Amino acid sequence: MDAITGADLVRAAALLGAGIAMGFGAIGPGIGEGMAASKACEGVSRNPEQAGLITRTMLVGQAVSESTGIYSLVIALILIFLFGGK
Amino acid sequence: MVEVGDWGNFLKFLGAGIAIGLGGLGSGIGMGFSAEDGVKGISIQPGANNEIFKTMLIGQAGTGSASIFALVIAIILVFIGTPSDLNQAFAYLSAGIAIGLGGLGSGYGAGLAGKAACEAAARQPRFNNTFLANMLVGQAVVQTPIIFALVVSLILIFMSFPGGDLITIGALLGAGISIGLGSIGSGIGTGMAAEDAIKGMGKKIEESGNLLKIMLLGQAVAQTPTIFALLVSFILLFIGDKGNDLVRFVAMLSAGIAMGAGAIGPGIGSGSAAQGAAKGVSENPEATPVVMRTMLLGQAVAQSTSTYALVIAFILIFVVK
Repeated sequence: MDAITGADLVRAAALLGAGIAMGFGAIGPGIGEGMAASKACEGVSRNPEQAGLITRTMLVGQAVSESTGIYSLVIALILIFLFGGK
Repeated sequence: MVEVGDWGNFLKFLGAGIAIGLGGLGSGIGMGFSAEDGVKGISIQPGANNEIFKTMLIGQAGTGSASIFALVIAIILVFIGTPSDLNQAFAYLSAGIAIGLGGLGSGYGAGLAGKAACEAAARQPRFNNTFLANMLVGQAVVQTPIIFALVVSLILIFMSFPGGDLITIGALLGAGISIGLGSIGSGIGTGMAAEDAIKGMGKKIEESGNLLKIMLLGQAVAQTPTIFALLVSFILLFIGDKGNDLVRFVAMLSAGIAMGAGAIGPGIGSGSAAQGAAKGVSENPEATPVVMRTMLLGQAVAQSTSTYALVIAFILIFVVK
């Protein structure tokens, strides 16, 4: 077995960080966007004529909730490709 | 001097403890939900105590199945022989993690369905059998994620992974963590969908066909994240890479964490969307088509983060060298 160098340790930490960042970063947006969709469904059933307006509001709200998931994705990609490579 | 066999037994018993400890936690809470609304229902509607009592017990039995799966794996792990090498020992530990975490979500979710059935039975005792049938259908779908976890656990226990190298250990642990964490969200989410669909049937029994349709459709979409997690688990189980590279070991483990944890949110979120849709359909059945369209659109957007997690897991498994 080859000895583990300091550089290997840093790469390993970067990859573990990427997994933790993306995994846990995906929890919040997933739950949050679901809450928006849940209330949109209730709203549409109460007032079907306004379906277009409610759907638009839902999508804008979800797009904003999505942002932290995209931050996690960006950080994970940076960790893997900038610090996880040889 | 601690031998390999001693470490093997250590990890094996640790796995058994995690399996039944965590697996029992979800079912325990879930069975409490059924009892909660069963007792509440009987106190409001004492004349219907036979119906409510039956629904409560059957709901609890359906909820308990998650912990029975965990019990089976725990018993197998307790009585199986000493693992021959380190890979096998870590496979046993990973099997315990998979079924233990998997039981958390499905046990909790199935309990929500049982709770709603008790409430519906208290409201309209005459239609108790309709509620029971729909509750069982809902609970069966809620159990899907833990059955995925059970399949992965059994593969981990009974397939042989000879040797004792870092990459295989990382892949085996990653496989268990991926499906274990990955089934929490879908288990809770599908349970939330069943909860409001059955509650709605209690209010409007004539809409039960519509509500069943929206419940099953919503639950099917809410399963997507756990199917991604199952995919990653299978890839990790059968990738067959060997070696003592620390970086690849961490990459495999990290892929499991990314996909597993990444599936929790979208699973709960898609279920929450289906819950809102079921509530909406029960309030205004004429709006069913537009509610269904809104639900599917909202769920599709809520899935996006689990897709990111899948991409990161694939990069960690296949691209990192």
